[in-house]
Amino acid sequence: MMHHPLIERLAGEAPVLIDGAWGTQMQARGLPIGACPDAWNLTQPAKVEDVARAYVNAGSRIILTNTFGANRFVLARHSLEAQTAEINRAGAALSKRATEGTPALVFASIGPSGKMLISDEVTEDALRDAFAEQAQALAAGGADAIVIETMSDLDEACIALEAAKATGLPVVVSMTYDSGKDKGRTMMGVTPEQAVERLEAAGADVIGANCGQGIEGYVQIAARLRQATSLPVWIKANAGLPELVEGRAVYRTSAEQFASFAPAVVSAGATFIGGCCGSSPDFIQSLKKILFSQN
Amino acid sequence: MDIQTLYDAIVNGNAKAARAVTQQALDEGMDPQTLLDGTMIPAMDEVGKRFERNEYFVPELLIAARAMKSALELLKPLLVAKGAEPVGKVAIGTVKGDLHDIGKNLVAAMLEGGGFEVIDLGVDVTPEKFISAVKERGAQVVALSALLTTTMSNMKGTIDALSEAGVRDQVKVIIGGAPVTQRFADEIGADGFSDNASGAVQMARKLVGA
Repeated sequence: MMHHPLIERLAGEAPVLIDGAWGTQMQARGLPIGACPDAWNLTQPAKVEDVARAYVNAGSRIILTNTFGANRFVLARHSLEAQTAEINRAGAALSKRATEGTPALVFASIGPSGKMLISDEVTEDALRDAFAEQAQALAAGGADAIVIETMSDLDEACIALEAAKATGLPVVVSMTYDSGKDKGRTMMGVTPEQAVERLEAAGADVIGANCGQGIEGYVQIAARLRQATSLPVWIKANAGLPELVEGRAVYRTSAEQFASFAPAVVSAGATFIGGCCGSSPDFIQSLKKILFSQN
Repeated sequence: MDIQTLYDAIVNGNAKAARAVTQQALDEGMDPQTLLDGTMIPAMDEVGKRFERNEYFVPELLIAARAMKSALELLKPLLVAKGAEPVGKVAIGTVKGDLHDIGKNLVAAMLEGGGFEVIDLGVDVTPEKFISAVKERGAQVVALSALLTTTMSNMKGTIDALSEAGVRDQVKVIIGGAPVTQRFADEIGADGFSDNASGAVQMARKLVGA
């Protein structure tokens, strides 16, 4: 299979460090609970860039963008759908600026629409238009690649992939495995093997798994993806499951505990590794230490 | 006609067949309550069991619930005319500040499939709306959903508001959503918790004594 030159180059440097969670980092910088994080690309750009820079400084070779919920369906919950393109362009540009003068790259984030095809809440055409709008704006903002993440429905993931591929950028597609026996399926029942089959055929450049469970569970998922595909594998796990302490979510997994599983995830076959919910720049520093210190 | 056909149509999520067979059964003079209690609700229970055994996933739940709903639409006017009561009345919504409704919609569909009357209050629901659903519409169960760790604390706020409004004793509160745990449910004084839509139906039934 032909690999995209950028992905080929990165795969040659494996393991490649990605970033960690953004939402909690923005809350730490004053994002109110319930507010639209993506809107900050326009209203608080310096703070968004600061989060991006924190990950670059921590050692992330790849950083994402503050655009996870910046599709028109999710933005419409905040009456911001008219600014979809602007929010995405700004998000990509902010991350790009944070990488200036460093080797870090920007993989722009596209999250789920929050609408279910199977319940007829949305049509395939409407999804296609929405993801195309977002992907094109991310490309225009200077993204080096696109990552479609936290997907549970393979149909939606494939529609987003097709829209993202049309930009000419390499595309990562990452599903969330949080259901079924041993959390080996997505909420919609998709297995890693089923994901590989459809996503490979639809032209994904990297296939991944993120969110939904702690890193220990993703050792097995990485191995199953590795077994099923020759494409590079991308893993971003949560820092365990949250507990609520005095009204605030607390993730009990420490950066060191999280990083202690990283060698197993990498030897199971992950090329790209980072953190999802509950992780922070400290987690990336711990990953860097454990994965590269012996070299 | 063979009533097993209706059972199978629901379990397999065949809405068209479920509706056609229900119509046929009614035409043949079968009692709507017997159809509901004897065949349709047991079929949805089987769907729930398959989900819990990891044989069914969300898509299968949704298409089964849709088949159930299309059959139920034929029964409803007949049941209402006979003065039949639903299993119970549930007011459901995502708590204030939370706009994610996939889980809530799934639980609502399964509750309807389980014979409940569902008052869907939508997303970002204030405690006041839950209170009025109890006071004015007679909800016996309040079902609270939250996806975000940042909004799950509003579940406690809603329960506290139900207490302050003096209606906490007349309603059961069940909660669910990705970050929610049994421990959290206990901490905030909820009556029930489930980590899946099928379990939520069983919990609601238990709490209303159905």
